[in-house]
Amino acid sequence: MTVKEKLETMEYGPAMESRSNVDAWLDGHGRAFGLFIGGKWTDAESSFPTYAPATGEKLADIASASADDVNSAIQAARKAQPAWEKLGGHGRARYLYAVARLVQKHSRILAVLESLDNGKPIRESRDIDIPLVARHFYHHAGWAQLLEAEFPDHQALGVAGQVIPWNFPLLMLAWKIAPALAAGNTVVLKPAEYTSLTALMFAELCVEAGLPDGVVNIVTGAGETGASLVAGDVDKVAFTGSTEVGKTIRRQIAGSGKALTLELGGKSPYIVFEDADLDGAVEGLVDAIWFNQGQVCCAGSRLLVQEGIADKFLTKVKARMSTLRVGHSLDKCIDMGAVVDQVQKDTIEALIADGKKEGATVWHAPCSLPEEGIFYPPTIVTDVGSDSLLVREEIFGPVLTVMTFRTQKEAVELANNTRYGLAATIWSENISRTLEVAPALMAGVVWVNGTNMFDAAVGFGGRRESGFGREGGAEGMLAYLKPKDASKRADYKPIAVPAPRPGSAPKQTGLPAVDTTAKLYIGGKQARPDGGDSLVVHDHKGHEAGLVGDGNYKDIRNAVEAATAAAGWAGQTSHLRAQILYYIAENLSVRADEFTARLISLTGASKKAAEQEVEASIRRLFDAAAFADKFEGRVHEPPIRGVAIAMHEPLGVIGIICPDEAPLLAMVTLAAHAIAVGNRAVVVPSARYPLLATDFYQILETSDLPAGVLNIITARRDSLNVPLAKHYGVDGLWYFGGLEQSAEIEIAAADNMKRTWLSGGKAYDWFSDPLLASRRILEKSVEVKNIWVPYGDAN
Amino acid sequence: MSTNAYVNDGIPFDPAVLEGIRVNKSATERRIASLGGRRAVKKDAQLAFMLKAISCIDLTTLSGDDTPGKVQRMCRKARNPVRHDIMEALGVGDLSLTTGAVCVYHPMVKVAVSTLQGSAIPVAAVSTGFPAGLAPMETRLEEVRRSVADGATEIDIVITREHALLGNWQALYDEVRAFKDVCGEAHMKTILATGQLASLTQIAKASMVSMMAGSDFIKTSTGMEGVNATLPVSLTMIRQIRDYLDMTGIKVGYKPAGGIKTAKDAVLYLVLMKEELGREWLEPELFRFGASSLLGDLERQLEYHAFGGYSAAYRHALG
Repeated sequence: MTVKEKLETMEYGPAMESRSNVDAWLDGHGRAFGLFIGGKWTDAESSFPTYAPATGEKLADIASASADDVNSAIQAARKAQPAWEKLGGHGRARYLYAVARLVQKHSRILAVLESLDNGKPIRESRDIDIPLVARHFYHHAGWAQLLEAEFPDHQALGVAGQVIPWNFPLLMLAWKIAPALAAGNTVVLKPAEYTSLTALMFAELCVEAGLPDGVVNIVTGAGETGASLVAGDVDKVAFTGSTEVGKTIRRQIAGSGKALTLELGGKSPYIVFEDADLDGAVEGLVDAIWFNQGQVCCAGSRLLVQEGIADKFLTKVKARMSTLRVGHSLDKCIDMGAVVDQVQKDTIEALIADGKKEGATVWHAPCSLPEEGIFYPPTIVTDVGSDSLLVREEIFGPVLTVMTFRTQKEAVELANNTRYGLAATIWSENISRTLEVAPALMAGVVWVNGTNMFDAAVGFGGRRESGFGREGGAEGMLAYLKPKDASKRADYKPIAVPAPRPGSAPKQTGLPAVDTTAKLYIGGKQARPDGGDSLVVHDHKGHEAGLVGDGNYKDIRNAVEAATAAAGWAGQTSHLRAQILYYIAENLSVRADEFTARLISLTGASKKAAEQEVEASIRRLFDAAAFADKFEGRVHEPPIRGVAIAMHEPLGVIGIICPDEAPLLAMVTLAAHAIAVGNRAVVVPSARYPLLATDFYQILETSDLPAGVLNIITARRDSLNVPLAKHYGVDGLWYFGGLEQSAEIEIAAADNMKRTWLSGGKAYDWFSDPLLASRRILEKSVEVKNIWVPYGDAN
Repeated sequence: MSTNAYVNDGIPFDPAVLEGIRVNKSATERRIASLGGRRAVKKDAQLAFMLKAISCIDLTTLSGDDTPGKVQRMCRKARNPVRHDIMEALGVGDLSLTTGAVCVYHPMVKVAVSTLQGSAIPVAAVSTGFPAGLAPMETRLEEVRRSVADGATEIDIVITREHALLGNWQALYDEVRAFKDVCGEAHMKTILATGQLASLTQIAKASMVSMMAGSDFIKTSTGMEGVNATLPVSLTMIRQIRDYLDMTGIKVGYKPAGGIKTAKDAVLYLVLMKEELGREWLEPELFRFGASSLLGDLERQLEYHAFGGYSAAYRHALG
């Protein structure tokens, strides 16, 4: 086309980013790559090809790591770990800083390689992915520097096995490796099979930075390689990927003692209110669902638009979609690139076909697609409801579903009507509205008047089946640390009922005492067990001390229902929650003698020891009360004109299965902290000494605690573990008992991705104030939600 | 060159339209920030965009020391904005490229009209007490009448900022409507002086009111405010042009003025117009730059593309 003709059409030409440096690098390696283990490149027995999805051309052969290869990588990491941790925060900071610098120095070749291998537009890898990678290493160089000061009494977990997806290959690598290294762990990372190349280039940067051998190991391969890594001798598993695989991993490592964080799928709502900047919200959608071809776990894929503006808004959306340009990933003149692989395109097409069968109307933007390569057009789906496949399932493609709502309340209900809970977006110019809606959404990240904003200082992660754990910020560091005392715990032993010595039974004289009936405590009321059976409780001499209800799964159902109905507790002021906890402490103090006597008779503790336990329980109630209005979130300062508000939100309903040791103190400590931050609890007290709990509900009854906030179900040992673990209405489950039981709970809890705190067969010293410091318990009682609030109006 | 293809007769004042207008500043800025990365214009496309930019310039001199000689020189530059050998080398020697218009104060209209005789280049006059717009209404109306009588076919009016700042939209409507009435056949560009308005939302509302009152173009600035044309302000204004089009079917033009000095800036503005409003807004009938130094940079860039060496200012005719 001549310039004159161009003047007529005013068409953009392709503006291709040069790939010559990348080709030179690939050629320099003979277009074949090995595994990076212990600082050396090693060959594997088999390999697989990797392609450029924008053209279909083969880029290189990638080694496929066997289980043995993975194990040698883990061994290399294990060998390197002690020295790496011993190097100290400042030493590690120097290395991480060097890595950050090298990422910047090689930013262009990294961006081109990423776009070529993944298919994403060069604009995104150049302007978003790679700068965020550098930022992540800088930020975590800082955490390494501050580790001893900011995380006292913590140590590295050891070796981390990390499995990452193909949608943000190098960025996900950074999210995994930077915090792990900062905390003193060494890592074995498996990149996704479609997109291994930038991880391999990163390995070279590690060498360039002089990182000690074995600190970072890269093993390439498909799913089996990842499975070997997860199954290997690692101390921590970090996975980002599909919810299905996440659940499998969780079940697979249950009971192994490996720490776990999962960042899984999503179906994030994108809510547009009638008082929004509609053009801004349209453009936001481009960043939400047509960013990275919609292959984004936190993609705003469910548009919820207020009914009164829906037609106007959709007209604008379709107009904007019609100007989107789809093309080669290295073209600097496109909005959307190639889908990562034909397999992914087939998945999208299959879902769309099924959606159409259900009656969905599917509209593809009239964009021209390149003739070769793997492309899918920007797509919008209407005539769907919350029952529709396309609304419920994560598509992981450039497909937006549309539903309308009438009121703010309905918007929140629809937004939360999903098994996922990763991210959410709100568009409204009314700050009162947005700041009311944001906390009401089930999501780990909420963006106000913007979308897909990320920063290393601002934790990212999900709720519900979107996984658990946060990446970025202080909470992300905690996912790679453990308390120093964790490895020193003794084994847990349930306390057995002693056989009564013959002739030691108390003699009955005179009239019998008035019978006392210990019941279950559900929804603020004493309730008889559903099954109508009782359990005998024995004193320390083996004699019958009383009866308690034999709670079963139906009692759990009732208790969870009551706890769910008490959701208003989370909305109470923290001052009020504190007052009630103080009041419980006050009432326990009034009846201290009674509890001391009960402890002595049941456990055989000395008077002094029993008094100490009651006194410690009162102190823990004070601790929880004191923290109720002090365990606050923080305000991040991400690199935008605006803030990100990190809020501590209660998990919701927490099941607490208490140990036998310190039967009063353990229960009070755990329950008090759980409810201090707004959770509701279903407590299963010590199976050996449940009468302490049934005595305790009398205190609750006189302490103004709203009905349903704390429920007590006595039961046979371990009989309610699985009913609680499988209950979808239970958001968190804490268990203090055997290893086998811990594993069983973990497996059952995988299905709805409950947050668990499992003792894993270890015993806690319930009297130790440092070990049971309030912050440690409260960190397990809350989720961090980050609400991004860009601001600015002045011209 | 006829600018009469696009005439906006306006519509009755409708305050309800204004109630729905909301502009989020951060979102506006984000769109602008990613625009260049989404639409890199290179090679032949870049040449076409730069030539197109020249055809959209209102070559301007608005200075207290303007003289007929200065205006005549500028008019010659408007007729031959790029050295002929450069145009030949680029294969567009027969293009008859001119700027979109020349833009002067009222006393210079006559000399501009006579200098441009034989060309199709329109003469635009800034008017209505430019730049502050605070002269008595009678004299402002009279100024328009006289410039039209002297041969100006385009009139750049300024609004009373007070009306926008106080939200007195009916008053703004009435004022612009009154100017439009005296413009007659002349094309009216309404300057909002956006640098003096309070927020993007206010700018958007002022844009909409000005269009309802019959503006053929809306324009950012006089060039005399502290802040002149910016991309976020432009995005805000042209989105209102789009909404007005959707509402009425009438196409209104856009003129960013002041502060646009480089070829790179100019290309990005054209990209913005194409992306938000479409190809039709890449012609002088619907798009103008109010600029004086921009042409020099465009010409230098074109010389680089033609001959492969970066140019120096002295090689190009002074405007």
